[in-house]
Amino acid sequence: MLSANTHKEVVVGDQILTTVDWARAQFALTAMYHWIFVPLTLGLSFLVAFFESIYVKTGNEEWKKLTRFWMTLFGVNFAIGVATGIILEFEFGTNWSNYSWMVGDIFGAPLAIEGIFAFFIEATFFAVMFFGWQRVGKGFHLFSTWMVAVGSNLSAVWILVANGWMQFPTGMAFNPDKARFEMQNFWDVALSPVAVHKFTHTTSSAFLLASLFVVGISALFLLQERHQKMAKRSMVVAAVFGFIASVFVGLTGDEAAFNVAHRQPMKLAAMEGLYVGQEKAPIVAMGIINSSKKPGDDLPAFYQEVKIPGLLSLLANRDPNSFVPGINDLVFGNAERNIVGAEQRMVTGKIALAELARYKYAREKGDEAEAAAALAIFDQHKGDLGYGYLNNPAEAAPPVSTTFYSFHIMVVLGTLFPVIFLAVLYFAFKGTLEYQRWLNLVCFFSIFLGYVASQAGWVVAEVGRQPWAIQGLLPVGVATTNIAASNVQTTFFIFLTLFTALLLAEIRIMMKQIKIGPEA
Amino acid sequence: MIGNLDHSILQQLWWLIASVVGSLFLFLTFVQGGQTLIFTTASTEEEKSLIINAMGRKWELTFTTLVLFGGALFAAFPLFYATSFGGAYWVWMLILFTFILQAVSYEYRKKPDNILGARTFEIFMSINGSVGLLLIGAAVGTFFTGSRFSLNLYNSVTWGTPYHGLEAALNPFNLAFGLFLVFLARILGAMYIVSHIDHAPLVKKARKATWINLLWALPFLLTILISLVTMDGFAVNPATGEVFMEKGKYLHNLLAMPAVLVLLLGGLGSVIYGVAATGFLGKNSGIWFGGIGTVLVGLAIFSLAGYNNTAFYPSLTDLQSSLTIHNASSSKYTLTAMSYVALAVPFVLAYVAYVWKLMDAKQLTLTELSGEDAKDMY
Repeated sequence: MLSANTHKEVVVGDQILTTVDWARAQFALTAMYHWIFVPLTLGLSFLVAFFESIYVKTGNEEWKKLTRFWMTLFGVNFAIGVATGIILEFEFGTNWSNYSWMVGDIFGAPLAIEGIFAFFIEATFFAVMFFGWQRVGKGFHLFSTWMVAVGSNLSAVWILVANGWMQFPTGMAFNPDKARFEMQNFWDVALSPVAVHKFTHTTSSAFLLASLFVVGISALFLLQERHQKMAKRSMVVAAVFGFIASVFVGLTGDEAAFNVAHRQPMKLAAMEGLYVGQEKAPIVAMGIINSSKKPGDDLPAFYQEVKIPGLLSLLANRDPNSFVPGINDLVFGNAERNIVGAEQRMVTGKIALAELARYKYAREKGDEAEAAAALAIFDQHKGDLGYGYLNNPAEAAPPVSTTFYSFHIMVVLGTLFPVIFLAVLYFAFKGTLEYQRWLNLVCFFSIFLGYVASQAGWVVAEVGRQPWAIQGLLPVGVATTNIAASNVQTTFFIFLTLFTALLLAEIRIMMKQIKIGPEA
Repeated sequence: MIGNLDHSILQQLWWLIASVVGSLFLFLTFVQGGQTLIFTTASTEEEKSLIINAMGRKWELTFTTLVLFGGALFAAFPLFYATSFGGAYWVWMLILFTFILQAVSYEYRKKPDNILGARTFEIFMSINGSVGLLLIGAAVGTFFTGSRFSLNLYNSVTWGTPYHGLEAALNPFNLAFGLFLVFLARILGAMYIVSHIDHAPLVKKARKATWINLLWALPFLLTILISLVTMDGFAVNPATGEVFMEKGKYLHNLLAMPAVLVLLLGGLGSVIYGVAATGFLGKNSGIWFGGIGTVLVGLAIFSLAGYNNTAFYPSLTDLQSSLTIHNASSSKYTLTAMSYVALAVPFVLAYVAYVWKLMDAKQLTLTELSGEDAKDMY
């Protein structure tokens, strides 16, 4: 039987870190580094396409210079995004070998489609975008720039379809003979509501971040009284794009939360630190969470909090009076509300695992009667298969503090950004943007805030679904490769060193290019 | 239409598709070959920059083809993906490590304030072109020599050595395979330089590099060919799925599949003609003969490993854990869905070819490197 790889461990200080800890750390490291570069690629590709479109339309060489300036920054960022991306694809195999087998029949397809439909568009037209100015016509060059934007964002579609499926597994069935999940309906996987909202929310947040980047760097030029005309032009285009993206982020975020409430109620409870379910459930506007609290104990969830009654119920069910389950309900069950908790589901899941083992050995022995009997019981219990791997019902809850703070940081910053874009547009149309020193300073520092919000969003999505690699079906401890923790630990530090060095190089190169400016 | 195909046919079709992508990748490793030529064929900074900028317009295509190769294997043969990547951990990690180095090196090399200096990024490129390809070759070599792993009832892999795949590079056949790929890539890289760069002194050296690297490649090629026709192979009983050792299995495969023999000999002949045309006949079109030849040889190698009831990823520890295109594949539904997706591949190839033609219509010159676009050059 598959089992959690907890016996493979490395001692760090007084902590014992197992293979799954290092595999998670490495995947988080790679994904978070990748997500530093990718949102800028997704959004800046469109902004560069806007700038170049204006150049082609007007024939004004200043717009061409502006386009090429942002394109240079795009190129520097793009390269390291590609470098960190290749690792992510192959890490599924190297670090999550059991996962790759158990769900590869479903999960591999979006990755392959991403390669066919998106990466080749990017790779082919990227060369034209950068080196085709003298080799192709103006029109084809513009087309190529747009294709890079389209290709980049198409790649986001498929990887987010894959990620959405991990959060809400659908369109598949378990094959006991192969001991894996198999696809039954491609369209259920590709068009699942979670995948659709993941794509719209994630890409619009990327557009927002790229707009903050352009607005922020342009604001720096205004503060330095350099390249003012080009800076203001860039700011107006980016602020319009950014404001539209911000509104879209808010709308899709609301839809995403609604989906989480129904598909991953444990994640929603963790996002709000809600331990005991209630009607008219509040949203915590501000709060200091009690990180010592565990499911089922009597400790308070917060040291201090400011709540808005009914808002979580409204967010989760579109009804401010409705009931929202808390972590305790989902761990221990709530008969009154008809909620089966992880505790009960573990019992069912362990039966499913035992019967699966009995089925496999019966087939191996050629005892078809026993195999059929085992399979019948397995079929009755397989819905809770993943819970059978848990040792303690409280394991079904994710790290609450990390999820709570990440969610609130993301929401607070996400509310601030449209205000900044509106302010930029207001002063730009008044013609006084270059005199707004405070606003320009805020714009510049908002680049950093944009990255914080963007990373926080991923932390909510990924930490909030722990302990599951596949929601409810496969915990991360079972999904890993059977390999000694020291191997994964070593590659973790190799990647940490390499990515950090490359990030520093990227920042230095970017700073130099910004110093040189668009009119060099 | 595709849905009516038998699962076994789909499995064979997807082995072919994966083989085509893998073989195209082998052709596109002219980029890696070019990266290693900067320290042996270029003698001035200008020549070095010409090579890097010529390869720099294509590096992403090679990279993307590698990613697609991985994606296609994951989608079509997930048990291979899980077994090989999870088991031969260190080989794949080191390969990926060299490709990370490559991905940033082009963009960062000439940019001011790049911290590490241009030479460091050139060394990164060279590592990718040599170590990266050597290890890829060693990994492909294990398709014939096998690896030490076993699978349990749940298809969970246990690797039999603590080196997690690095042991493959010590096997003479695998090593020969890796070194052959390195020199083949250098041959292709030199051919591409001849075809794409307008700089007489560099082109003259690149023409010479084609046949010198062919001479270096020959002993490894002969080792591979002689081993293939004499070695025992991993056969599969089609009725029971049982894997067993068969004397001269790959020779039998060649004889049982004459088309593969034609692909192999035709491919090698095409590469050799490409070298002769470039090195001795003063032609610039050798890259196309070299490229097509490489694709044909690649197809022959993958066909030998996977078709005619052969285990393509054999286990030395437990023969019955060996992977075949039948026991390692995705379900019929997934292969069918992916086959519909694969119908788009000809369109992808068409626009790639169109843009390639457009961008390579004019040869790269020193003037271009120092002209209006100098700031964007690698």
